Amino acid sequence: MTLSMRRATDLAFQVVALLVLLIALAALGALIFDVVRDGIGRLSWDFITGYPSRRASRAGIFPALTGSVFIILLTAAFALPIGVAAAIYLEEYGKRNFVSRAIEINITNLSAVPSIIYGLLGLGVFVRVMGMGRSVLAGASTLALLALPVVILSTREALRAVPGSIREGSYALGATKWQTIWHQVLPIATPGILTGLILALSRAIGETAPLITMGALTYVSFLPNSLGSPFTVLPIQIFNWTSRPQQDFHANAAAGILVLMALLLTMNAVAIWLRDRYQRKVAL
Amino acid sequence: MRRFEPLIERGLFLCALVSVGTTVGIIAVLAVDTVAFLREVPITEFLFGTEWTPLFSTPSFGVLPLVAGTALVSMIAMLVALPMGLLSSIYLSEYANSHVRRILKPVLELLAGVPTVVYGYFALLFVTPLLQQVIPTLGGFNALGPGIVMGIMILPLVSSLSEDAMRAVPNGLREGSYALGATKMQTSLRVVVPAAFSGITAAFILAISRAVGETMIVAIAAGQQPRLTLNPLVQIETMTAYIVQVSLGDTPQGTIEYRTIFAVGMLLFIGTFGLNLVSAWLRQRYREEYS
Repeated sequence: MTLSMRRATDLAFQVVALLVLLIALAALGALIFDVVRDGIGRLSWDFITGYPSRRASRAGIFPALTGSVFIILLTAAFALPIGVAAAIYLEEYGKRNFVSRAIEINITNLSAVPSIIYGLLGLGVFVRVMGMGRSVLAGASTLALLALPVVILSTREALRAVPGSIREGSYALGATKWQTIWHQVLPIATPGILTGLILALSRAIGETAPLITMGALTYVSFLPNSLGSPFTVLPIQIFNWTSRPQQDFHANAAAGILVLMALLLTMNAVAIWLRDRYQRKVAL
Repeated sequence: MRRFEPLIERGLFLCALVSVGTTVGIIAVLAVDTVAFLREVPITEFLFGTEWTPLFSTPSFGVLPLVAGTALVSMIAMLVALPMGLLSSIYLSEYANSHVRRILKPVLELLAGVPTVVYGYFALLFVTPLLQQVIPTLGGFNALGPGIVMGIMILPLVSSLSEDAMRAVPNGLREGSYALGATKMQTSLRVVVPAAFSGITAAFILAISRAVGETMIVAIAAGQQPRLTLNPLVQIETMTAYIVQVSLGDTPQGTIEYRTIFAVGMLLFIGTFGLNLVSAWLRQRYREEYS
């Protein structure tokens, strides 16, 4: 091949690769365009504060939205302390022995187990064996187990980013290991930990399959008012409306998606803001 | 204070054990009902039977149609995600300057953050109608639309893991190749990609595992008819969609229909867990190669 031919092939290859990337982004654009076109007309305050109805034009998402918020807050309350504690153990205490290695491999594998399997786990353990029923508590416990690997992995990364000199300085002043972790390491790692937590939660809030499998309801016309009450969440409500044949309900589903995406974008914006703050702090 | 330190360590260790407990719990929960299921249905009928009608009055429990449905959709998704993901990662790792990469990468990763139920909506109500204009015989529920959408969803995973693997390749290899007069494309395809091969394979395998376990896209857009077919134009049912279908109904606990979802779940778990293990092992290998 002549030099000019090789250069031409190279340029063509580069264009094709960029084109493929742009096609993927165009798909994202088409998705957003489609949902906005279908749903924007249904989006209103009445839709957000309304209850489900057999008539599409009257139906709202209030119970589902409340359920989602309730479930996510509870998921965070379970996953944050357990996940951070596990990460501290693995990062600060864990010796390079068989047990630590096994736990690490196990966490990596768990993070790739299909979410629907967690639903079966929740159904078997929380709903049946522990007798929680198909409640908010059982749903949040299921999602907490699902979120745990992500929280642990991101917390470990945040702990690793804390400079060793800070630990050594603390030890030099006579602090114990736990005092060092609690008073020095954790405060510095907090923004990083919270960023990871929010990203894990923003995945959990969009989860549908594990909660359906675990037994969340699909038609709820009341608000969850205790840990033991039955519930539904926004993604299940969207699924329910999408699965109906009538076009009016599809518009409701699209409007529900818009609310869900707005929620997700807000959470991600907070995560990015925290990460920026964090990077500036470490750079100091 | 010092007296409590060992106690604290033990407490932290218990929290770390929760993850092991999760794995044990998954296996136990799936095993209990799978064993009960296999007591009523011979394992050969379950694994090799070609008809899946557990909810009929004369039920048969051959899981192959569900496996075929899962394989078909995953295959379509891989045909989209693997080549597109690899090309994207080559572009991001070898061609794009840091400025372009800093814009393109987060946008691409947005695709991975979209909830799967939203992709289901997109597959059923946008992609399938669009495809029907080209292929008039395409059913309202089919494997093709959700397969393509699933491929787009998985693309960022393939792209970002492959990119990580390619960036781990030492620059000396690239420079050697340029010094021999190779172009960027020749260097990418004949030096960087082969050098990052185990990492890229790890990404591919993880992508397959993700496709096999993906639920909502197929539950919404692929249908509920278990069928032993490779025809992407008709309604099918995947393993995951079947579990959702039964979960939505009122199947009483303890019946054989109820146990089927655990047996199918067990099969799904074994399959994806095996893929994940292979993928983790390959990733470990490329880390060792270049560190």
